[in-house]
Amino acid sequence: MSQPIIEVIDLYKSFKTGDRQELLVLENLNFKMYEGEIVAIVGQSGSGKSTLLRLIAGLLSPSKGTVNYRNQSVTGPVRGMSMVFQTFALLPWLTVLQNVELGLEALGVLPKVRRERSLKVIDMIGLDGFESALPKELSGGMRQRVGFARALVVNPDILLMDEPFSALDVLTADNLKSDLIDLWQSKKTGLNGILFVTHSIEEAITMADRVLVFNNNPGSIHADLKIMLPFPRSDLDPRFRNQVDRVYTLMTTGRQAPGFRTGDAPYQLIDMGYRLPEVTVAEMTGLLEALNSPELPAKVDLPVLADALMLNIDDLFSLMELLEILHLARVSQGDITMTEEGKIFVEADILERKKMFSMLLKQYVPLARYIYDQLSRHPRHRALEEHFISLLEDYLSEEEAERVLRTVIEWGRYAELFAYDYNAGVLSLENLH
Amino acid sequence: MSFLRSTVMTVHRSRLYPNSWDICALLFVLVLITSLAFVAKQMATPYELGQTIPISLNPAVLPLYAARTVVRMLIALCFSLLFTLTVATWAAKSRRAEKILIPMIDVLQSVPILGFLSVTVAGFIGLFPGSMLGPECAAIFAIFTSQAWNMALGFYQTVRSVPKEVNEAARMFHLSAWQRFWRIDVPFSMPSLLWNTMMSMSAGWFFVVAAEAITVANQQILLPGIGSYIAVAMQEASMRAICYAVLTMLIVILIYDQLFFRPLVVWVERFKSEQVTTDKEAQSWVIDLFRRAHLMRYMGEKLNQAYDALVNIRFFSPQHALPFIIRLRKFDERWFSIIWDVLFYCLGAIALVLLLRYITHHFSLKEITHVFLLGLITGVRVFVMIALCSLLWVPFGIWVGLRPRIARFMQPIAQLLAAFPANLLYPFVVVWIVSYHLSPNIWLTPLMILGSQWYILFNVIAGASALPKDLIQVVDNLGVVGWLRWTRLLLPGILPYYVTGVLTAAGGAWNASIVAEVASWGSEVLVATGLGAYINEYTHAGDFSRIALGIGMMCCIVLVVNRLIWRPLYVYAVNRFMLE
Repeated sequence: MSQPIIEVIDLYKSFKTGDRQELLVLENLNFKMYEGEIVAIVGQSGSGKSTLLRLIAGLLSPSKGTVNYRNQSVTGPVRGMSMVFQTFALLPWLTVLQNVELGLEALGVLPKVRRERSLKVIDMIGLDGFESALPKELSGGMRQRVGFARALVVNPDILLMDEPFSALDVLTADNLKSDLIDLWQSKKTGLNGILFVTHSIEEAITMADRVLVFNNNPGSIHADLKIMLPFPRSDLDPRFRNQVDRVYTLMTTGRQAPGFRTGDAPYQLIDMGYRLPEVTVAEMTGLLEALNSPELPAKVDLPVLADALMLNIDDLFSLMELLEILHLARVSQGDITMTEEGKIFVEADILERKKMFSMLLKQYVPLARYIYDQLSRHPRHRALEEHFISLLEDYLSEEEAERVLRTVIEWGRYAELFAYDYNAGVLSLENLH
Repeated sequence: MSFLRSTVMTVHRSRLYPNSWDICALLFVLVLITSLAFVAKQMATPYELGQTIPISLNPAVLPLYAARTVVRMLIALCFSLLFTLTVATWAAKSRRAEKILIPMIDVLQSVPILGFLSVTVAGFIGLFPGSMLGPECAAIFAIFTSQAWNMALGFYQTVRSVPKEVNEAARMFHLSAWQRFWRIDVPFSMPSLLWNTMMSMSAGWFFVVAAEAITVANQQILLPGIGSYIAVAMQEASMRAICYAVLTMLIVILIYDQLFFRPLVVWVERFKSEQVTTDKEAQSWVIDLFRRAHLMRYMGEKLNQAYDALVNIRFFSPQHALPFIIRLRKFDERWFSIIWDVLFYCLGAIALVLLLRYITHHFSLKEITHVFLLGLITGVRVFVMIALCSLLWVPFGIWVGLRPRIARFMQPIAQLLAAFPANLLYPFVVVWIVSYHLSPNIWLTPLMILGSQWYILFNVIAGASALPKDLIQVVDNLGVVGWLRWTRLLLPGILPYYVTGVLTAAGGAWNASIVAEVASWGSEVLVATGLGAYINEYTHAGDFSRIALGIGMMCCIVLVVNRLIWRPLYVYAVNRFMLE
C-alpha cells in the first residue's frame, strides 16, 4: 500500500474539568489512513470520536502524541483538509453560491475564477438552479449538499465529515450517501480519502472501506475492520448483515465501559462519578416490555432489536447500559437477554415497579444512594443541588456533571426516593409529611 | 439558582452577583467622572463662548432646526457604531479585554447622561475655545453615551453566541480574522444590532433635545435645533411655538421611521436564521421600491461588490496576519495574565484612594447623607411611577396583545411614542401645574416616566401577542375566567416581557429625573425635592464637585437597584415563565 495520508501516533486528549482535574477523553490512539480509503469511525455518543475528527482537522490540539498529515505535523487547520458538519454550519445570510465561494474567498481566489469553480461544483453536486437561494429556502438534504459543495470547491485532499447525515431523515440521507459514493467512484473530485464519524453502524458499513470501532471512557480504538463488500452495497445482503452483526458484537464485548460486563464475567459495579446514561424510566420500561413480547426470542440479536424499535445505536446503547447497571438485562456478544429481575419488573404494576426501581437505584447506583443517605442524615432532610454538582465535577466536566445529576434526579423522582424543587434548586426527602 | 435552566441564562446568572471586576469598573468610572469634573472646574472659570446664535421662534426656521438636530443624531450614531464594532469586538475576542470592558460598559450604562453633560460641555469648550464646536461636540457626546453602551453589549453578546460549528467552519476554510469579522460576526449580529440601534435612537432623541439647550455656570448655551427652540419657547411662555415644535418632531420621527428603520427591519430579515422566524413578515414600501426598481437593484449590486471588495482586502489576508499571531503565541500567556490582573487591581486600589481623598476633601458626611436621602426620594418617585404605569398599561397591553388586529396597529404607535422625546411635552404639564398652583413635588413626578412608560406598554403587547394560542384555548375550554385567568395565565405569561419593559422604563426615568424635577415656564420655576433637582441646581451654579457627587450617587443607586431588584427579577421571570 502507498504512503499514509494521515497518521495518528500515541494520541491522548483530555479536557479540564472543575478544580484542575482532567478528564481523559481519548487514550493511546494509533492509526493510519491510506490513499483511496473511506474510513468510518463508529462509537457511542461521548466516546470521543468527534474529538478525534477535530484533532485530525487541527481544530483542537492534542494533549499528547501527534497527528501527521502527509508527514507534516498538524498544528492548525491544514489546506488539504475540508470538513462537512452535522448542523451544516452554513451562513444563513449568504446565498448558496456565496456560501460555496466562501472557502475560495478565504484563499484569495479572484472573483471570476471563484464563480466559475463554484458553479462547476454546484453543478456536480446537483444544486443546479438553487445558486441564488438562501439556505433557509432549502430542505435539510439540499442544505447538506451546499455543505458538501462548499467543502469540495477548495479541491481538498481529504474530506472530513462529522455525522453528516444524522440531521437528515432516512430517505434523504440514503439519497445523499449514494450520490456521494458515485461522486467518489467517478473520481471527479480529486479527493484522496474520506474520514467520517457516525453513530449508525449501517451507515458505516454502507460507505466505508474500513471501520474503526471505538470504546468508551476514555475513547480508544477497539477494532479496525476491513469491509470488502462490493459497491453498491445493499443492507438486505446477508454479507452486509453479517458485518453489521460483527460490529454490534465488537461494541458489546472487549474492554467496555464499567457498566458492561466482559464476556461472562460478573456484573461490574459503577462508582459515584459514573457517567450515567441519559435515559428516562419510560424508555427503559418500554424496552423491557418489547423484550418481553412473545414475538421476540429470549436472546435477542441487537441489530434486529434496533431495527424493530427503530432506535439508533446511541439510544440503544444508553438504554442497555442502564438495564445492565440495574441488573435487569445482560448484554454479550451482540445479544441481549432479560434477567429474572427484569421479568419481575416488567410484569409488575405501576406502584410495584416504582418500589422495585427505588430499591434497584439504592443498590446499584452509588450516586442515588449517596444522595439518599445525605438527605436522610440531614436534620431537615434537605440539600442544595450545588453540593452534588461540585462532587460530580471531581469526575466529570461541568456540563456532564449537570446532565448526570439531572438524570439521577429524574430517576429519583420517579422512584419517589427524593423530591426536587426546581426554583430553589433544593433536593429533599419524599414522604416527610 | 437552578442548573436546569437554559444556557442563555447562565450569562445572566453569572452577572447577577457583582464580582471584583464590577467593583473595579465602578471605581474607574467614578474616578473618571470626578477627574473630569476637576479638570472642567479649572477650564470653566475663565468661561468664554463664541457669539451666541439667537434662536428664533419663527416656525419657518423649524425645518432647518430639525435638520440640524437630525444631523447631530446621525453623527452620534456613526460614532456609536464605530465604538460598537471596535470595542465590543475586542471584548468578544480577547478574554483579558473582556474582563475589564464588559463590567465597565455595564457601569457606564447607569451613569445619568444629562448630569454628565454639564461636565463634558466645559471640557469640550476648553478643547475648542471660542467656537460653537465645543458645545456641539458635547451634545453629540451626550447622544453617543445614550446609544453606545447598549449597542456594544448587544453586539458583544451575539458575537459570543455564534454557533461553534460555524466558527469551526471558518477556521477549516482558513478565513482571516478580517474576513471572519465581516462575513460572520457582523452579519450574525445584524438583527440584534439593528434592534439595539432602534432602542438607542429612541433614547437619543430625548437627549439630543435636552443637550441642545444647557445652562452651565449660569451661562446658557443654545445650539440651533429643536431642543433650543423649545427651551426658548418655554422662557417666553409661548404655547404656540411649543405646539409647532412638537408637530415638527413628530414628522421627523415618522420620516426617520419610514425611510430609515422600516426598510432596515425588512432587510435584516435575511440575516435571521430559519429558527427565529417571526409570525408576521415585516413590510416596508420603501424597500419594496428599492427591490423592484432597476436602478436601485443595480446600485444594490454595486454595493454588494463593494462589500465583497472590503471583505477581501489583500492586506488582511491570512498570509499577512499569520506571523503576527505566531509571535503573540510565543509570549508566555500565564505570566502576562497574572501581571495584567495585578496591574488592574493596583489601579483599582489607586482609584479607591483618590476617590476617598477627593470625597473627604470636598464634602462633609452630612452632605453625602443628604445627597443619599435625595437619591432615595427620587428612587421612591421612580418606583411609584412604575407601579402606577403598570396598573394602567399592563391590563391595556394584554387587552391589545390578545387581539392581533389591534396589536398590529398599536405596536408601531407605542414604539413611535417611545421614540418621541418626552421633554418636548413637559411644557404642557408645567403650564397646567402653574395655572392650578399644584404641588411640584407630586405633580412634576409624572414627567420622568412620560417618555419611558411606552416601553412597558409595547413589551406587554409583545408578550401578550406571543402567548400560545393553545394555552388560551385550554383556559377557555376549562372555563377559567376573571381573576383566575389573569393570575394563572395572562400575568405569568407576560412577566418576562413586562420585566424587560420595566427595566428599560426605570432606567429612562432615572435619567429623565434630572430634567423633570426642575421645570420653568416663563419666569415661574418649579422645583421638586430630589437628586435630579440637586444635580440640575449645581449644574446651573457650575459647582462641578457637587455635580460629580450627585452623578456618582445616582450611578451607585441605579446600579444597586438593578443588581438587587431588577436583574434577579428578570432572571426569575425568564427561567420560570418564559414560554419556549
